[in-house]
Amino acid sequence: MPLVQISGMHKRFGPLHVLKGVDLSVKQGEVVAIIGRSGSGKSTLLRTINGLETFDEGALDIDGERMTVGHTNLRTLRLKVGMVFQQFNLYPHLTAGQNVMLSPVVVKKTSKKEAEAIARAMMAKVGLADRFDYYPEQLSGGQQQRVAIARSLAMSPKILLCDEITSALDPELVNEVLAVVRKLAEDGMTLIMVTHEMRFAREVGDLLVFMDQGKVHEQGDPKTLFNSPSTPELASFVRTIS
Amino acid sequence: MNHFTIWDMVRNLLLAARWTVLLSLIAFGCGGVVGVGLLLMRTSKSRVLRNFTKAYIEVFQGTPLLMQLFLLFFGGALIGFDLSPWGAAAVALTLFTSAYITEIWRGSVEAVSRGQWEASSSLAMSYFQQMRYVILPQAWRIAIAPTVGFSVQVVKATAVTSIIGFVELTKAGSIISNATFSPFTVYGFVAVIYFCLCFPLSLAARKLERRMNAARTN
Repeated sequence: MPLVQISGMHKRFGPLHVLKGVDLSVKQGEVVAIIGRSGSGKSTLLRTINGLETFDEGALDIDGERMTVGHTNLRTLRLKVGMVFQQFNLYPHLTAGQNVMLSPVVVKKTSKKEAEAIARAMMAKVGLADRFDYYPEQLSGGQQQRVAIARSLAMSPKILLCDEITSALDPELVNEVLAVVRKLAEDGMTLIMVTHEMRFAREVGDLLVFMDQGKVHEQGDPKTLFNSPSTPELASFVRTIS
Repeated sequence: MNHFTIWDMVRNLLLAARWTVLLSLIAFGCGGVVGVGLLLMRTSKSRVLRNFTKAYIEVFQGTPLLMQLFLLFFGGALIGFDLSPWGAAAVALTLFTSAYITEIWRGSVEAVSRGQWEASSSLAMSYFQQMRYVILPQAWRIAIAPTVGFSVQVVKATAVTSIIGFVELTKAGSIISNATFSPFTVYGFVAVIYFCLCFPLSLAARKLERRMNAARTN
């Protein structure tokens, strides 16, 4: 049984039909890269997976829990699915360490001491052990994004969603974030990422998903798909980005 | 006029000013507590609660405080709520203050970026946890200056309660001016006392605003 199973998912924003019956399944430990033009629904799809967007038709199975329209146990869902955002969204009034500790303490009722140990371990994992007591505004964009990753990991999610997590970064900071993601992938974390980093998708991804007009237009092994796209839409998309 | 010295006037006005201060504190304190409740309702997911709060705010912002006070004091007596001038003044000012304070705080909550809600949602926090640990600590920094600024309005609004016979600064002023036949002197002092109460608050609001802006350099 796949870890994530999306079946026949539809989503409308008023008259705008954003997802038009998306089917996707993701296995444990798989790294999925979702690509597509802006407006193709890729971010919306990602956001439905942890309940930031509702959906209008279809079903979502996460690790054996079924979510249907109007029946979504958000807490259960979000304990299993972590998310990292384009704009980092760190809590500016808390230090990096406190950012990472907050949800374990408040949501999982982990003791402060234990939460701090977890937070320190996660900060070390993203290479920022020495920035534990810094405030977000004292960190570079790349460091902030790595703290955001540590913050998600501290809740030990089964799946990590990444929504264009390098798009807001200066070019020289992109690699330090991708290196962290690459390490997570090697450690066996299930990752679903919307990305513009095609080279990264090709190197690290197990599955490439090309979305077009609210549907999964083509999916498969990233190297095969990039080298020989079988539909003209993907071929033209690959041409425009390379 | 003959047996009233300037000091007699000022002393009596200052004694009455205690009630202005006390009434302001009560209005502001209770208004703040009610305001927190209204704020949670105003920003909650329930449409019924949101609309109720919206209507509440529209009513209290859209009618004169004087009318609210009359309705509460005289209307209350008609339907069996016999409120003392004290009680009526305190309740009316609390309702009035809470309506304005809720809107100031709502604005501050909405000034916190959407991303903060999304990040804390995705980390499995409940609405109250988000408010308590993520949103309000940030909104507070934005709200503090306009809130202190609004307290000036509350101090001045207490003057209205003189109409229902509550003896605070303004009412004391009119009593003394009737007895001394020197309204210009008396009301002059009244104005000076109001100014002495309000000016430090305005000053504090301005200082806080500058400090909070400096602290938000990103």
